[in-house]
Amino acid sequence: MTEAFEILFTASFWVAAIRIASPLIFATMGELICERAGVLNLGIEGIMVAGAFTGWFTVYMGGDLWTGVFVAAMTGAMFGLLHGFLTVPLGLSQHVTGIGITLLASSLTYFTYRILLPEVTSPPKIEPFQPFAVPVLSDIPVLGPALFNQTPLTYLAYVTVAAVAFVLYRTPVGVAVRAVGENPSAVEAQGISVTAVRIGAVMAGSALMAIGGAFLTMSAFNSFFFEMINGRGWIAIALVVFGSWRPGKALIGAILFAAFDAYQVRLQQITGGIIPYQIFLMMPFVLSIVALVVVARRATYPKALMIPYQKGER
Amino acid sequence: MDHAEGPEAEIVLRLAGMTKRFGPLVANDAISLSLARGEVVALLGENGAGKTTLMNILFGHYTADEGQIEAFGKALPPGDPNAALAAGIGMVHQHFTLADQMTVLENIVLGTRPLWSFNLGKAEARRRIRELATGYGLDVDPDRMITELSVGERQRVEILKALYREARILILDEPTAVLTPMETDALFATLKKLVAAGLSVIFISHKLGEVQSVSDRVVVLRGGKLAGERVTSDATRRELAELMVGGQLPVNEIGPPTPGATLFELRGVATRTMGGAALKQVSMQLRGGEITGLAGISGNGQAALAALIAGTLEASEGNIIVHGETARHWSPRTALDKGLGRIPEDRHATGMIGDMSVAENVISEAYRSPRFSRFGFLDWTAAASFAGDIIKAYDVKCPSPEARVRLLSGGNMQKLILGRALDGNPDIILASQPTRGLDVGAVAYVHARLIEARDRGAAVLLISEDLDEIQTLSDRILVIHRGHLSKPSLRGELSVMELGELMAGHGVAEGAEHAA
Amino acid sequence: MRLEPRTVTSGAATILWPAGAILATIVFSSVLVMIAGASPLTVFWLVVKGAAGSQFAALETLTRATPLIFTGLAVAVAFRARLWNIGAEAQLYLGAVMTVVLGTGAVTLPSAGLIPLIMIAAMLTGALTLLGPAILKTRFGVDEVVTTLLLNFIVLLFVSMLLEGPLKDPMGLGWPQSKRVIADAQLPRLIQGKRLHFGFVLAVVSAIVVWVIMKKTVLGYEMRAVGHNAEAARFAGIPVNRVIVKTALLSGGLAALAGFSEVAGLKGNLTLDLSPGYGYTGIVVAMLAMLNPLGVIAAAIFVAGIFVGADAMSRSANVPSYIAEVMVATSLLTMVAAIMLMRYRVRWR
Repeated sequence: MTEAFEILFTASFWVAAIRIASPLIFATMGELICERAGVLNLGIEGIMVAGAFTGWFTVYMGGDLWTGVFVAAMTGAMFGLLHGFLTVPLGLSQHVTGIGITLLASSLTYFTYRILLPEVTSPPKIEPFQPFAVPVLSDIPVLGPALFNQTPLTYLAYVTVAAVAFVLYRTPVGVAVRAVGENPSAVEAQGISVTAVRIGAVMAGSALMAIGGAFLTMSAFNSFFFEMINGRGWIAIALVVFGSWRPGKALIGAILFAAFDAYQVRLQQITGGIIPYQIFLMMPFVLSIVALVVVARRATYPKALMIPYQKGER
Repeated sequence: MDHAEGPEAEIVLRLAGMTKRFGPLVANDAISLSLARGEVVALLGENGAGKTTLMNILFGHYTADEGQIEAFGKALPPGDPNAALAAGIGMVHQHFTLADQMTVLENIVLGTRPLWSFNLGKAEARRRIRELATGYGLDVDPDRMITELSVGERQRVEILKALYREARILILDEPTAVLTPMETDALFATLKKLVAAGLSVIFISHKLGEVQSVSDRVVVLRGGKLAGERVTSDATRRELAELMVGGQLPVNEIGPPTPGATLFELRGVATRTMGGAALKQVSMQLRGGEITGLAGISGNGQAALAALIAGTLEASEGNIIVHGETARHWSPRTALDKGLGRIPEDRHATGMIGDMSVAENVISEAYRSPRFSRFGFLDWTAAASFAGDIIKAYDVKCPSPEARVRLLSGGNMQKLILGRALDGNPDIILASQPTRGLDVGAVAYVHARLIEARDRGAAVLLISEDLDEIQTLSDRILVIHRGHLSKPSLRGELSVMELGELMAGHGVAEGAEHAA
Repeated sequence: MRLEPRTVTSGAATILWPAGAILATIVFSSVLVMIAGASPLTVFWLVVKGAAGSQFAALETLTRATPLIFTGLAVAVAFRARLWNIGAEAQLYLGAVMTVVLGTGAVTLPSAGLIPLIMIAAMLTGALTLLGPAILKTRFGVDEVVTTLLLNFIVLLFVSMLLEGPLKDPMGLGWPQSKRVIADAQLPRLIQGKRLHFGFVLAVVSAIVVWVIMKKTVLGYEMRAVGHNAEAARFAGIPVNRVIVKTALLSGGLAALAGFSEVAGLKGNLTLDLSPGYGYTGIVVAMLAMLNPLGVIAAAIFVAGIFVGADAMSRSANVPSYIAEVMVATSLLTMVAAIMLMRYRVRWR
């Protein structure tokens, strides 16, 4: 029992937790931006698959790692554009369109993978991002290595949270994004195009989701394989609700979640097969549902979420 | 307001030959209009006359099929909301365009700075807002959330939004509909100050009294056409009314009431909020053969009271007593079973299911009765013939019982709701904002039906934000303020100003404990 | 750009827009086929031939359509009441689990008793699977999209646990698979020696029953009312929450029948690859059918044809069979857009 408890104080545990949290942070921030603008993006799961592949493939073809991240982001933004076009000016059901985007993005990815790499049996590898210890900060016991001995993409995740929070609350464009998710006619009346703000937000959010996917192939692992996203997109959607649509709270949610995930893997090793491993693998999903139930009642969601807007209608 | 009259005044806005068609409907038919510097022009017309369409064109939300707009001597490009704003035209919409979970300041600065700057310029904005607020009597704290503001305060934010952008022309769409008489006076005082500062105002309304007290000139629209134009001081009220309606105003005769027994009673009822005030210890009685009017400013608990009686909101304490029996359980179903007829506030959101047919909609309260279903199977023939009956009896204009309700006009939708609610002659009737957004003919029709129900002995509760309507129809008047009810007063007992005092909360809370 | 509802949808629009959607799907997939280095004409010909070019192909398409009709109906019913059931996959698997639990010898009855018993038990299992999210939605206001999505993962892991534990076939050479259902629990084949089984008949009958429910019954009326405008339905005295729960039970039950029919009619046992995403594809089927239960039959056969045809095609042409998934996803997006444009007119100003 003490053994199970001591895990919490090992640096390796927290290092793993932050590593697991990183893709979720990108994905959660991406979904948060979309939903703050009033658009639910269920395309997230597929967009992450596409980002994971295109980022990785760019590097596999000899591109620079950061070029890979950029290509992944652009891939995400393109699917975001499609989702935005279908749901904003056309006003299609965000649920159905989102599922459609997920199906399209993942099947296109698998199709492309099979065309580009037809003969491979075991997935080829790339040289991924390496951990970089931030001087001084990484010497803090336990937390130092956990937070500051990670790959540059994890640092980018931190920066993303700060940037999303700053933009949403401190800049004109952020005010416009929040207003468009609360009451689009308020934005229209002030001479800003609701369509442009919403599509822009969905594209930016989708770009972040794709970087989240790319983290898996370019930082956590070094190759692309099918099913590697494995529900992380859906979990990010739950984390947005859990974080009450606020970047800071969502970050805490992502880290808590990842810590739990890292913990169950270690617990699994300790219990040594007495409990079926599937139980442990289920826990993240169960936890997400529990988190939703806990916060659902008092969540103040963006008022215009999932409601299409028609110009001149109020 | 005697500034800038006469031909030498500078014309700041000119609309020439504006025409807008929606399919076969001509919403605006060659309307021309001009506005001088420092002038208040009232745009008078009933619902559906084309006022809102005209303003939506001016603001670039719609593009006109024909016609030109000129602001300060320059042509305004069509279909560009930014052009109107940049030309110095500001609009206060009837339904506020504010983001609720954001501050006053954020709402005001929205769109005034380049989107991609790193700074909201809050300090400077705060200073300017305070300056404008004190200058024009528009007191609001820039750092409060919109949700925390009263309706009157929200309107001030809307005006501030326009002034912050240095609007020189201000358009107000039915601005008094949501205000107390005192707030209305304050608004008029603000308008005077604005005009004195050289702004021009277009004041959209269908209320003759306020049009006469606030404007220099009146432009009347009817059925999408320009019906006439008058200098306010030269026009009589009657003349304006006839221009607006195109004939005599329909008048309903209402005889003296013959009050009967108490049919419905609330005793010490409290509820949670319904997007306005919650009810606090509310007691009231509705007697047969009487129309009880509930006056009050929007958001003071009318929605909660209506939802409570309709059965969609539960009481957290207190009792509902129907026909002398305390109801143990109260839901839409029990309300219907006890013989309530209910007309909801919002036809589109609550009253009707737009994507279903007329027949499917009229049976929605009675579909489980043997009249419309047997062994779980619906009798569509019976439903269609019932719909046909309502269409005939209530003179609903619709192609067939199979037509989708979404395609009907507001007046026809309301007639369907009346038909459904009054089917079987209910003796308790809840009418919540029953004439909102209807034209004069439809309003008169709804009123006639309510009076008819009262005359056959039904107890009618009329909830309305239109004080004129309350005063015309009600035998007894209650005023609601922040979830408390005033003592009832009889028809004609209190003046408009006295009712206004109650609506503003003077004397309501004290009276609540003793309310009959 | 604005959308204006059309008062009348012209006959031409009801044909031209969906036709345009199909055309757009074909054009897009042609581009992909060309990128893969093949000729679109050849490839599409091979797909059509593989889907309907022979008795074998046609029967294979109908066999593949069977589970899709069930999941398509499950989704159509739920979406009609605006219950976003994205969890048909989970309900399908648990229906299959129940089929295996009862059908591998635990209960012995003559076929005429055993099959209905298993069917009802499977439906109940699926119904209960969706009951959870439905109650979380009505009681706690938890969005069912996320809960049903997450349940798919939980259930799949649960099934994996069962297949490595209590349901594992001891004779299965270590593979995670269940024992085979006994002969009395098997659905008969429709044609001797072919794979098409009685499940297809059940699926078509289910579609007709669901159509009757939606059109003619009180429950169907309530479901449509709740789906179109829950607030108005509640005001009128329709018990909204109860209707949502009933919808969930019906939808979950239908999805579970897909699992039942795959195990009892086709595969004979339960494995982790019983469904290649039939639950998700059901969403496409339902949307292509515009949520019409009878349309679901046609849509399911169409989608199944693409899958079966693409499988056959990929064996002879050098184009990955994933082209089928791409086509199905594309047709979903183009079709929902087409349906919207059928009902609304685009005004650019």
